[in-house]
Amino acid sequence: MYNQKVMDIFANPQHMGFIEDNDGVGKVGNAACGDIMEISLKIKDNVITDAKFRTFGCAAAIATSSVATGMVIGMTVDEALKLTNAKVVEYLEGLPPQKIHCSVLAEEAIKAAIENYYERSGKKPADGDKEIKYV
Amino acid sequence: MRIYLDNSATTYTDPEVLQAMLPYFTEVYGNGSSQHFFGREALVAIDKAREQVAAAINCRPNEVYFTSGGTESDNWAIKGIARAHSKKGKHIITSKIEHPAVIKTCETLEREGFEVTYLDVDSEGFVDPGAVEAAIRPDTTLISIMTANNEIGTIQPVREIGAIARAHKIVFHTDAVQAIGNVDIDVVRDNIDLLSMSAHKFYGPKGVGVLYKRNGVKAERFMDGGEQERNMRASTLNTPGIVGLGKAIELAVRDREANNARIRELRDAFVAKVNASIPDVKLNGALDFDRRLPGNANYSFKYIEGESILMRLDLAGIAVSSGSACSSGSLEPSYVLLSIGVPIEMAHGSIRFSFGKSNTMQEVDYTVDKLQKTVEFLRELSPLFKNVQGEQRYV
Ligand SMILES: Cc1ncc(COP(=O)(O)O)c(C=O)c1O
Ligand SMILES: [Zn+2]
Repeated sequence: MYNQKVMDIFANPQHMGFIEDNDGVGKVGNAACGDIMEISLKIKDNVITDAKFRTFGCAAAIATSSVATGMVIGMTVDEALKLTNAKVVEYLEGLPPQKIHCSVLAEEAIKAAIENYYERSGKKPADGDKEIKYV
Repeated sequence: MRIYLDNSATTYTDPEVLQAMLPYFTEVYGNGSSQHFFGREALVAIDKAREQVAAAINCRPNEVYFTSGGTESDNWAIKGIARAHSKKGKHIITSKIEHPAVIKTCETLEREGFEVTYLDVDSEGFVDPGAVEAAIRPDTTLISIMTANNEIGTIQPVREIGAIARAHKIVFHTDAVQAIGNVDIDVVRDNIDLLSMSAHKFYGPKGVGVLYKRNGVKAERFMDGGEQERNMRASTLNTPGIVGLGKAIELAVRDREANNARIRELRDAFVAKVNASIPDVKLNGALDFDRRLPGNANYSFKYIEGESILMRLDLAGIAVSSGSACSSGSLEPSYVLLSIGVPIEMAHGSIRFSFGKSNTMQEVDYTVDKLQKTVEFLRELSPLFKNVQGEQRYV
């Protein structure tokens, strides 16, 4: 049911782990699906210089974590806030319909990590409240 | 590497079974209901299969009704009995861990005004016969309890439940889809009034099954149409499938003890190795292996999710199935595991390994090795897991 691209990324996920001296951490979960995703970010001069993930979840959740962390490295915080799960799914050349909700987690985890960065650094969120489901 | 450890999902068709079936596609293709010799030749083969089934479960040949599989047999048994006895009452007793073919059928009947008691099971998946008896009401017309569970392999005390049903003059149905070939079944000794089976679970072809119904037990017909199967189940008989089912059940019963001993040896070795090499696992289901399907090992792996285990084993050439929500496409993890009290996050991390007669000890060793690496890899990746000075725990 997964395409080859998803399987390849799932077989060799990148950016696994946790940045100990991070500048922002987001942990979001969808207990209904059984996926929990944690993304830690290193941010310098408003640019994401490193991103790592740890995921409890299905192959789709792990593949989207890998892709999303890869995508935000090098982005400014504002650019990263605009990353949508649709872009991640597009990069993966599609996911089975029942797996789309697993990909939403990556978007949410990045937003949560940036929110956490704003809180800790005292900077203001770019655009208001976000709907984020914390674990 | 191609290792098949999903024999509870389906089995290959035994070559001997396939050989028996082949002439009935090409040479003996008559309609078993036709009066001419083409039809009569097919009917001879169908009647032989009926006798093979009857001999395997100790019933009469005219108590065997061929169906399209386990699902149809379960639907027919439950709806057919409930509706035929609705003047006496509209209450059914079953368990929380039945196959969806039973549970969903009961839910349909609930929408029609029937009442259903879904009995709890204990932490190993056993139905308590005392609880069955306690649930009986004056309006109870049917008890349906599976012989063996498809996910955790628990074998129910069917004989005791059958005796209780008989004492209270209530019809007793058992879904024996997972049990045929694995469990000794005798419908007379065990007081079974109806029994479902499906050929592809015991090395027969897919799409053919049996409902055994004791003579004298009143049931509605399920498929309307022609007068096949003593006017109880319409549709032209699937001669090749029926011949295959007959051959398969004959072989399954003839070789049951030898197959079980071999399969059990593989499963026991697997369980011993997993327990020894992978920390923080839980074997789900009956702990007394005499009361568990010989090929079943269902494990929960703490801190990690089942579908990702399944898919990484798939990458290693090993086919298993998972009780996680994300592999079933539903939102809930296995209701069977939740019913035996497995915590929800552990239910998400569960895998069913089901061994069959063609598996080997080398496959067991290879699987344990890959499984151990998979679990280690996914735990490293899990935000729920921390290896604190060699001690693993939830964080
Ligand atoms: C216990 C049980 N009942 C019923 C069925 C349904 O059988 P079939 O898919 O052959 O209709 C299965 C198959 O998964 C089963 O394991
Ligand atoms: Zn998922």
